[in-house]
This record gives sequence, C-alpha cells and structure tokens, in this order.
Amino acid sequence: MENFTPVSALVGGALIGLSAALLLFLKGRIAGISGIVRGIIIPEQGDFLWRLVFLAGLIAGGVLYQLAGGDVAHIQAVVDKPLIVLGGLIVGIGTTLGSGCTSGHGVCGIARMSPRSIAATLTFMATGVITVFIVRHIIGG
Amino acid sequence: MQVKRGLFSAFATGLLFGLGLCISQMIDPAKVINFLDLAGNWDPSLALVMGAALGLNFFATKVILKRPAPLFSDVFRLPTKQEIDRKLIAGSALFGIGWGLAGYCPGPALTSLSFVNFDILLLVGAYVLGTGLGVLINKSWKDQKADKAEAVF
Repeated sequence: MENFTPVSALVGGALIGLSAALLLFLKGRIAGISGIVRGIIIPEQGDFLWRLVFLAGLIAGGVLYQLAGGDVAHIQAVVDKPLIVLGGLIVGIGTTLGSGCTSGHGVCGIARMSPRSIAATLTFMATGVITVFIVRHIIGG
Repeated sequence: MQVKRGLFSAFATGLLFGLGLCISQMIDPAKVINFLDLAGNWDPSLALVMGAALGLNFFATKVILKRPAPLFSDVFRLPTKQEIDRKLIAGSALFGIGWGLAGYCPGPALTSLSFVNFDILLLVGAYVLGTGLGVLINKSWKDQKADKAEAVF
C-alpha cells in the first residue's frame, strides 16, 4: 500500500463530484464521459456543441494541471501497443452497449440510486479486477 | 443568452472534471491497475476518488433534483430506463475487461490528450472506433429485438 495517496484522491474526487453536480444544476445533464463522447461521434441536431465544449474543457483541465506545475512526465502506458488498441476498442464497445462508464454509472447513476448503474458499476469493477488478476498473476506470474 | 451560459457551464464543468482526474492521478494507468490488482500491491486511492466524487454528488443531486428545472436549461435530461437487461451487463462486463487491460476508462483517456503522445493517440483512436462499433452493434441488437417482437404477433 506504499502507493496510497489519500489526500490527492479525496481532493480530485471531490472536484469530479462537484463537476458532475454543477453540470446537473446548470445544464440538467449527466456528466457521463462515454455518453458525452457518443453524442459527438454520432451527433444529434441541437445536442452537439455543448458536448464538444465539455470535451475541450476536459482537455483544458489537463493543460491547467500542467501549467500549475502538475507532473505528468512519469505517466506512461503500462502495456504494449496491441493491448492498448485492444483495451481502447473494448472500452468503446463496452461503454456503448452498457450505456456508460465510471463517471456516468459510477459517479452520476449511483448518486441517483439507479439500479441499472449500480448493476453496471458492480459488473465492470468485477471484470476489471478479474482481468488484472489474470493478466498479472496467471499469465504474467 | 441561455445557450451561451449553457456552453460556458459545459466548459467550466469539463475543466473541473479534467482537473479532478489529474489531481487524483486517475490519468495514470499504473495507478488504476494497482487499484484493480487486489492480489498484488493494492492501491486503494481510486476507491477514495470514487467515494468522494459519489458522496458529494449523491447529496448534491438530491438537492438539485428538487428544483423544477436546471438554471440554464428547461429540463433535466436523465436516463429513464430502469430495467437491468443483458445488454447493460454484457457491455459493462466488456468495459471492465478493457479497463483492466490498458488501465484507461474514457475520462482519463480523453484528459490525457493534454499531454498527447503516440500511445494516447492509439488508445483514443481505438476507443472512438470501438464506440462506433458499439453503436452498430446496438442497432443490430435493436433490430433483432424488433424481429422477435414481430414474430410474436
């Protein structure tokens, strides 16, 4: 547990929660990243621009973090390129079929006590843990 | 005016979200995988990220949804579906597998475009392609359902 960073986790998490609450309060929308992106890839009339602007804000948040001295130099992919592609592809298919990801189901859906979001979050947490176990301790071990 | 305010809200909340992902280090796939690695050198940080985000949003949502409408829009647009179906579970199961493989869920993947390198481009490209494929699968799933419904009548 030497990698445990409770303070930055709580502060960062609170900002994410605040963002989701504000988007609901101001604009009446769910801060589900995969859902917002889906509406950019398959646009609907009159429901496109805010998604693009949110995405720009998301990237600007990363830029601001670095301008404020946040270190990202140590961050790098943990797997080879074929697995990066496979992982990205499966995340895209899975979040589309499952109507959401960590943010939409985990942060927003559970906050509304949506049974679908609770089921989805339990499911992707479980398969995430199982996948890492197989990759690290069965194949890699 | 309302449109402009809405767009400003979208940018500001996107920025807060991205900042939160960076500060919490969820943009580091090594940290994400260490959280999912219960049998290894477990790092519980991500549970606190989720806990803080969900906890705050849980109480805020209760208060916000008592209002008749959002501040800069006419209606709250919330998912109405209640039923837990096979597509939800299959999709979420797949998402977890992809998350465990590369250590990226959609938010951190997109925020990482702020320090873009070739791996991030590959990842986001694959994610966008996967989303497109998912939309196609969604359509054929619906068509099949429609066929079955027709067969009944």
